[in-house]
Amino acid sequence: MNILTTLKLAFRALWRNKVRSLLTMLGIVFGIGAVIAMVAGGQGAQASVRQVFQNLGTNVIQVMNGSQSSGGAAGGMGSKMSLTWDDLAAIQDPANVPTVHWVAPLLNTRGQVSSDEQNWNTTVYGTTAVWFKIRNWDASAGSVFDEDTGNSNQKIAVIGATVQKQLFPSGAAVGQVIRISGQPYEVTGVLDSKGAGPMGDMDDLVVIPVKTYQQKLEKGLAKYIKGQLVVSMMSDDQGDATIASITNLLRDRHKLDASQDDDFRIRNPAEFAKAQQDSTNRIAWLLKIVAAVSLFVGGIGVMNIMLVSVIERTREIGIRMAVGARPIDIMTQFLVESLALAAIGGLLGLALGWEGAHFMAGYFGWQFFFPAATAMIAFAVAGGVGVVFGLYPAIRASQLDPITALRYET
Amino acid sequence: MATPLVEMRGIERTYVMGDNLVHALRGVDLTIEQGSSIAIMGTSGSGKSTMMNIMGCLDVPTKGTYALNGRDVSRLSRAQLAEVRGRMIGFVFQSFNLLSRTSALENVEMPLMYQGIHAADRHKRAMAALERVGLESRSDHHPNQLSGGQQQRVAIARALVTEAPIIMADEPTGNLDTKTSYEVMAILQGLVAQGKTVILVTHEQDIAAYARRVITLRDGKIIDDKTQEPLDASKAVAA
Repeated sequence: MNILTTLKLAFRALWRNKVRSLLTMLGIVFGIGAVIAMVAGGQGAQASVRQVFQNLGTNVIQVMNGSQSSGGAAGGMGSKMSLTWDDLAAIQDPANVPTVHWVAPLLNTRGQVSSDEQNWNTTVYGTTAVWFKIRNWDASAGSVFDEDTGNSNQKIAVIGATVQKQLFPSGAAVGQVIRISGQPYEVTGVLDSKGAGPMGDMDDLVVIPVKTYQQKLEKGLAKYIKGQLVVSMMSDDQGDATIASITNLLRDRHKLDASQDDDFRIRNPAEFAKAQQDSTNRIAWLLKIVAAVSLFVGGIGVMNIMLVSVIERTREIGIRMAVGARPIDIMTQFLVESLALAAIGGLLGLALGWEGAHFMAGYFGWQFFFPAATAMIAFAVAGGVGVVFGLYPAIRASQLDPITALRYET
Repeated sequence: MATPLVEMRGIERTYVMGDNLVHALRGVDLTIEQGSSIAIMGTSGSGKSTMMNIMGCLDVPTKGTYALNGRDVSRLSRAQLAEVRGRMIGFVFQSFNLLSRTSALENVEMPLMYQGIHAADRHKRAMAALERVGLESRSDHHPNQLSGGQQQRVAIARALVTEAPIIMADEPTGNLDTKTSYEVMAILQGLVAQGKTVILVTHEQDIAAYARRVITLRDGKIIDDKTQEPLDASKAVAA
C-alpha cells in the first residue's frame, strides 16, 4: 500500500470519530502547548532580565549605605548613612582598588517637574559625567554632562525621552527651561530612548549634576552620600575581587573591628542575574519533567483509544485480511493512525503554545519569543509518542486471525 | 493435461478446543479444474467451513498438501497467504462484509490497494467491476444506502476486481430473499461462463442445484462427489 493511501485511510478513520480523536489528542495538545508556552515565557523573562543588566552594565557593582539596627529593629536598606564623598574618592584611587574603572555617585528622588506647558512626576537623579559612560548612554539631542558640567553646580538637566514627550509635546526640549521643585533648570540634552523594561519605563528620568542635586534638593552639601555608588570594573570577571577590595577599604575607612557588621552593602547585579538564570534553569527542568509526564499520560490515552478502535474494527480487519492485506499492512494502518493522532495533537499544541507565549509576552511586557528548536523537538516527541504508544495496539491488530475476525460480531 | 487449479491431497485439520482435539477434516483429496462450478455441501460441523478456509488460504492444513495453481500453499506464512488470497481468491460472504461508511466504489477498490495499484488505475478497474454487476450508477452509495442484493453485488464486484481465478462464495444467498437469490446466482453462473471457478459453500440443496459438481462432506470426509446438469438461474429470474 502506498503512503498516500495509508494516510488518507488514517485521516478518514480519525475524522469518523471526530470528538473521540479530539479528546484523545487533548493530552498531547496540552503537554506540547505547556512546554512551548513555558519555554517561550522563560526565554522572554530571561531576556528581559538580561536586558536590565545589560543596560545597567554587566561590569557594574553597586555600593550602598547599610541598614541601621537599633534595639533589634532593623531599618531598611540605606537607613544608616555611612558612605562619604571621601569614600568615593578612595574607591576611585587605583592604588586602593586597582580593578575599578569608574565610580559615579547616584542620588535619586521622586519629584514633580514642569515646563511652561505641562508637568510630570518622574525620578530625578543627581550624578556626574562618568555615570553616562558607565551606562553607555548618549544624548539624541544636545549632549550629556562632560567632566566640567557634571561636577559643577549649574542648574542644567539632561532628560529622558519620556520626560521630553510629556513636557514638550510640541517641540524640541534642548535650550528650554524646566522647573524642579520650583527651581528653573536649562535642558542641555535629551537621552537616547532605551524603551520599556520589566522595571518600568527606562526613559522616565531627569538627570542633574550631583552638586546641584545636593544644594537644591537636599538643601546643602552633606558629608554623607544619600544614595549609592555605581562602580564599573575593568572587566566583567573581576566582581569578587573588586567587592573584596572595596569591602576591606570601606571597613578600614569606617574603622569597623572584626566583631562589627559592614555598615554598607555591595550588590553585584551580574551575580543577581546569574542567580536568576539558575532559578530559571531549575524551573525549565521541572517543566521538562511535567511535560514528559503529560506526554506520557497523553500517550497512554492514545494507546487506550487505539486498543478500543482495534476491537471495534475487528470485522474490518478481517475483511481487509481476506482481500489480501498482510499483517504488516494492518499494522502500518493502525500505526499511521496513532501517529497522525499524535502529530495533529502536536500541531494543535504548537498553536496553543504560540498563543500562550504571545499572551504571556503581552501580559508581562516581555519580548515575544517562539522557541523554534524546542517546538521542533516537542513535535518530534509527540510523533514518537504516537508511534511508541500505537505500536502495541497495531501489533495486536496485525496478529488477529482473519477467520475469527471475519466472524466477529460488534 | 493442464495443472489443476486446486489439488488437495490428504488434507487434515485438527483444532485444540480446551482439552479436546477436534478433527475438522480427516483426509480430504480433491481436484478442481479451472472454470468449474462447484458446490460444497454439508451440515454444520461437517467440516465445510474448515474446507473453505483452507481452500481460501485463510487457514493452513495440519497435514497434507494443497497446491493452488501448481504452487504448494499448505506451509505458507500469514503474509504469504495474504498475498495469495489477494491474487487468487475473491470472497463473497453471507453477511456481505462490506466496509460501512465507505462507498461501494471504495469497497471494490480495497483489494487493489493491497496490491500497490495506483489510485487512478484502481478507480478505473473498480468502476469496470461495478459495471459487470450492473451497479455503476450506485458507485458512490454507502452499504446502508443499498439493498441486500445490491450489497452482495458490490461484494461480487470486489471479488472480481483483482481478476482472481477463484470466487469463493460462502452461503452467498443466506441473507437474501428468493428473487434476489436468483439474481445473485445468475451473476455467479455468468462468471463461470466467463471462465471463473466458482466455489459455493452452502447447506441448501436448492442453491447447490445451480452448480455442476456437488461435493458433500460429513464428519470431515467427502462422502459424495457427483456431477449434474445445473439449473439456469437466469431463467428463474425471468420467471
